[in-house]
Amino acid sequence: MRKDNNPPRLLIVDDEPPIQRFLRTALDTGDYVIHQAESGFAALSAAVATRPDVILLDLGLPDMDGVEVIRRIREWSQTPIIVLSVREREDDKVSALDAGADDYLTKPFGVAELIARIRAALRRSLRQAEEPVFLAGELEVDLSRRRVLVAGSEVQLTPTEYELLRLLVVHAGKVLTHGFILKHIWGTAYVEQPHVLRVNISNLRHKLEKEPSRPRHIITEPGVGYRLRADY
Amino acid sequence: MSAKEDENRPSPEAMLRLARAEEQLTGRGRLRIFLGYAAGVGKTYTMLEAARQRKREGRDVVAAYVESHGRAETDALLEGLEIIPRACIRYHGVLLSEPDIDAVLTRRPHIALLDELAHTNAPGSRHEKRWQDVEELLAAGIDVYTTVNVQHFDSLKDIVTQITGVAVRETVPDSLLDQAAEIRLVDIPPDELLQRLLEGKVYIPEQAAWAAEKFFRPGNLIALRELSLRRTAARVDEQMRAYMEARGIPGPWPAAERLLVCVSGSPFSERLIRMTRHLADEMKAGWHTVYIETPDVGRHARENRERVWRDLRLAESLGAQTATVSSASVAEAVIRYAVSHNITKIVVGKPVGSRWREFFFPPAVDRIIRLSGPIDVHVVSVTPTFPDADLTGAGPKTPVPVLGYLASLALVVAAALVSLLTRSFIEPVNMVMIYLLIVVVAALRLGRRQAILTAFLGVIAFDFFCVPPHLTLAVADTQYIITFVALLAVGVIISSLVSKARERAEAVRDREEQTNSLYHLSRDLASTADIETMLEAVLKNLGESLNAKAAVILPEGDHMRVAAAGRGIHPGVKEMAVADWVFRNGKEAGRGTGTLGAAHFLHLPLQASGNQLGVLGIKLGSESDYRSRQIRRLLDSFASQTAMALERIQLSRQAEKSQILQARENLERALLNSISHDLRTPLATITGALDTLRERVHTLADKARLELLDIAREEAERLNRFVGNLLDMTKLESGAVKVRKEMCDVEDLAGCALTAMERRLGDRRVDLRFPPMLPPVRLDMSLMTQVLVNLLDNALKYTPAESPIEISARAEGESLIIEVADHGPGIPERDLKRVFDKFYRLPVPEGASGTGLGLSICKGIVEAHGGVIRAENRDGGGLRIVVMLRL
Repeated sequence: MRKDNNPPRLLIVDDEPPIQRFLRTALDTGDYVIHQAESGFAALSAAVATRPDVILLDLGLPDMDGVEVIRRIREWSQTPIIVLSVREREDDKVSALDAGADDYLTKPFGVAELIARIRAALRRSLRQAEEPVFLAGELEVDLSRRRVLVAGSEVQLTPTEYELLRLLVVHAGKVLTHGFILKHIWGTAYVEQPHVLRVNISNLRHKLEKEPSRPRHIITEPGVGYRLRADY
Repeated sequence: MSAKEDENRPSPEAMLRLARAEEQLTGRGRLRIFLGYAAGVGKTYTMLEAARQRKREGRDVVAAYVESHGRAETDALLEGLEIIPRACIRYHGVLLSEPDIDAVLTRRPHIALLDELAHTNAPGSRHEKRWQDVEELLAAGIDVYTTVNVQHFDSLKDIVTQITGVAVRETVPDSLLDQAAEIRLVDIPPDELLQRLLEGKVYIPEQAAWAAEKFFRPGNLIALRELSLRRTAARVDEQMRAYMEARGIPGPWPAAERLLVCVSGSPFSERLIRMTRHLADEMKAGWHTVYIETPDVGRHARENRERVWRDLRLAESLGAQTATVSSASVAEAVIRYAVSHNITKIVVGKPVGSRWREFFFPPAVDRIIRLSGPIDVHVVSVTPTFPDADLTGAGPKTPVPVLGYLASLALVVAAALVSLLTRSFIEPVNMVMIYLLIVVVAALRLGRRQAILTAFLGVIAFDFFCVPPHLTLAVADTQYIITFVALLAVGVIISSLVSKARERAEAVRDREEQTNSLYHLSRDLASTADIETMLEAVLKNLGESLNAKAAVILPEGDHMRVAAAGRGIHPGVKEMAVADWVFRNGKEAGRGTGTLGAAHFLHLPLQASGNQLGVLGIKLGSESDYRSRQIRRLLDSFASQTAMALERIQLSRQAEKSQILQARENLERALLNSISHDLRTPLATITGALDTLRERVHTLADKARLELLDIAREEAERLNRFVGNLLDMTKLESGAVKVRKEMCDVEDLAGCALTAMERRLGDRRVDLRFPPMLPPVRLDMSLMTQVLVNLLDNALKYTPAESPIEISARAEGESLIIEVADHGPGIPERDLKRVFDKFYRLPVPEGASGTGLGLSICKGIVEAHGGVIRAENRDGGGLRIVVMLRL
């Protein structure tokens, strides 16, 4: 968490008053400072004015498409954006993520889930090599020493597998699209070859998960990508 | 109600008549007749004046056929009126023009003017007579103004002929005149008419010059004028009476009389019929015409039948109720009919035979009079004052049966030979028997005339050869005269009996054949269930019974189409046009009728319950068949049977459709109810929980509060699932689901499903059985995750909380098999297939809820992948769902 005592700033963008009310109430725990916007343009100017630490964005805005909002914000800021939307089709998720969103939650969602994601997003944005060791349940990943431990015992990973795990750890809690992962690990030439990714994920699972068939750490987001769970 | 009021109430008959008349008139055009007593009184002129008046009032008037005959005043009136060009018909090198009925029908004016109602159209026109054209226009809803002279009334034809001495050739049926909305009398004094004739203002066609001279005599004109005045007055009287009757106004009308006239097939029946119509008019009575069909039909059978048929149709057109009765005795049948139909007066013609004939064959009239009882009998003279010009020829003469006479001769010669040979030892008394024998033989085999000849020659031969003195024609013993007479009598009687018997047998046989053919037809029709078979049956029966070929023409969209035809029958464009006309007008046409008689086929309308269903086009075996009343009767029966069968099939199809519609509506209603329930129930719980929290916000214990919140949350999730299911189902149904296949690991798939179900699964044991090297499979990850989620959801709901759920997969040949199995109660065998139906829910005791859509969504998704899903019961108890996907 932040060292100083300024609570993180949240910008909530949604045109539905009931959702705004509920989100405000849910998040007004004293941990956050909450700002609100009801349209795309309002969101853009609020982003500039308030410089939030996390943006919660609804895609179905009246004046412009949410994805466009993401794009425009990304032109000048890397603030984490969590998309909250009724749209559940993979295309929509993927395009939002590709445009720069960090995470995606489908309405209706549980508040606990939302808070976990917000925390994960904050952690990422605030992390500056402050937490080189990633801990989640029985999984321990020490990035500085390149060591992976499961239930205390070390696990041997291939270089590719490690790179993959590292990427996931760095973006822990956030969903990474297939394309994103492939591009970062294997390069653009491999973007259209998801089976490579699949195989490696599968191997990782077999090495890291207690029940590979019921993964607790590396979660598949069907049709979208993968996420390393950070809030175990 | 007092007795007086009762009297004044319109009788039910009157009301019925009025109602029927009104019914017929709706949708029909109104006919306005301009009636004159002779040519030249100014009918066309008056008609045009009235038409112009209507046009000024704003009505749409066209002149379909107005003959001005070059008279300037008439032409002037035509100016400004729209004239529809006439149809030109070339006939024998002469160009004739008739009104173009189709053009008028297309034009659809309010009023059409057609001159000369009694005119006969040129051959090749659609109808034989102008009045039939007018009928068609009226039926189509167009008003018609027309002109006619009083002598053209069918019922007055004879009287006029008597008055003027000039035969009337063209007539108009009285029924048309009776239903005219208005008859306007155009009248000028005869002197004035004669003056105009002299001035050349009256048009007389050249051929009629001689007749005109005879016609236009003052005496004639006066008489005709009186006739027309009287007829018009009678009509007004009739209208007044109807008006008064309908309103129950008491008036001086006579008790209802009913007349009966008998048609015998004699040429005088026609006059009798017109006479009776006249009488009926004067007495304001209804009248009937009956034909008694006796087996005793003589050699003039065919001409007789045709004449009878014509007479009966004439009677019908004049407004009589007609009937044909079969009976052995004319008089008895007439009286029976009269009694059963409450006839008050019978009209018969004076017998014309000689006294002798009357002695031996008392005319039926006498018997009728004797048996008539309380019914009056009017004996009317029917001897014409001059030859009836309309009498058709006696018909084809039967060829003289020369062979028969020769055979008689041969018989006599044989008998004579025998008597010669046996003369010496056989008494004449016994010899007679041989002659008797040959007379009987001749009567049995040859016919009446031949028998008489045989008897005559036999007597001569007997006298010559057997009676002393031999070989002379003198008769010694006058007793032999008895023998002679007896022989003759026997011959005549037996031959009469035989011929009667034969004719009766023939008639019965004919009738039996008819009945048979109708029976066969109805039997064949009763068993058909579709139109094709039915039409085949009709054509087959027509061919078998009547040796006729036919085509059944049914409407399709807005034109007619041949639905079935006998071999070699291909109705051409012209025939189809006739069929089209028949369909639209509901009347028969074609060969053998008065409309479009030049067609190749006889077209009969197929009508049932007042609806037009189609047309039956018939080609009979021989030309004469078209006019045979018997065959026409049979054809009518065929047509009505066919129409009824058609109607039956159509109705049953409709019934089927509406049943299906009904079933679908029921299903839809049930669905709506179900969905509504499933959506509202969780909402009810949520609202209730939140309400309670609000109401008792200060008084609820923490535990209770938490419980309510949990309930609300769970139900909200449940509602979310329902909504998701519905949306999925809708997407699947509308084909909006795109299957995006990518290579996936089944393990991964299972993992996703389990993650999605994490919270709900809770502590439930889920065993996963995947072999180590399972090949990846192409599928849409998120859709298949949904499938597994639904299957798990099902297993959760319908199995006990402690029983484990198993997910397993294996590769078999070309397919990947995924199974989700539980240890619950399973599903009854008969429901295993139905379980994938939409909204199918097992009746479960503890109301495990669900929309019933889960499994059908699975099915939809799996099948969209080209896979197969099925349900089966496990051996150890429990349900197993098997999904097969292509590798």
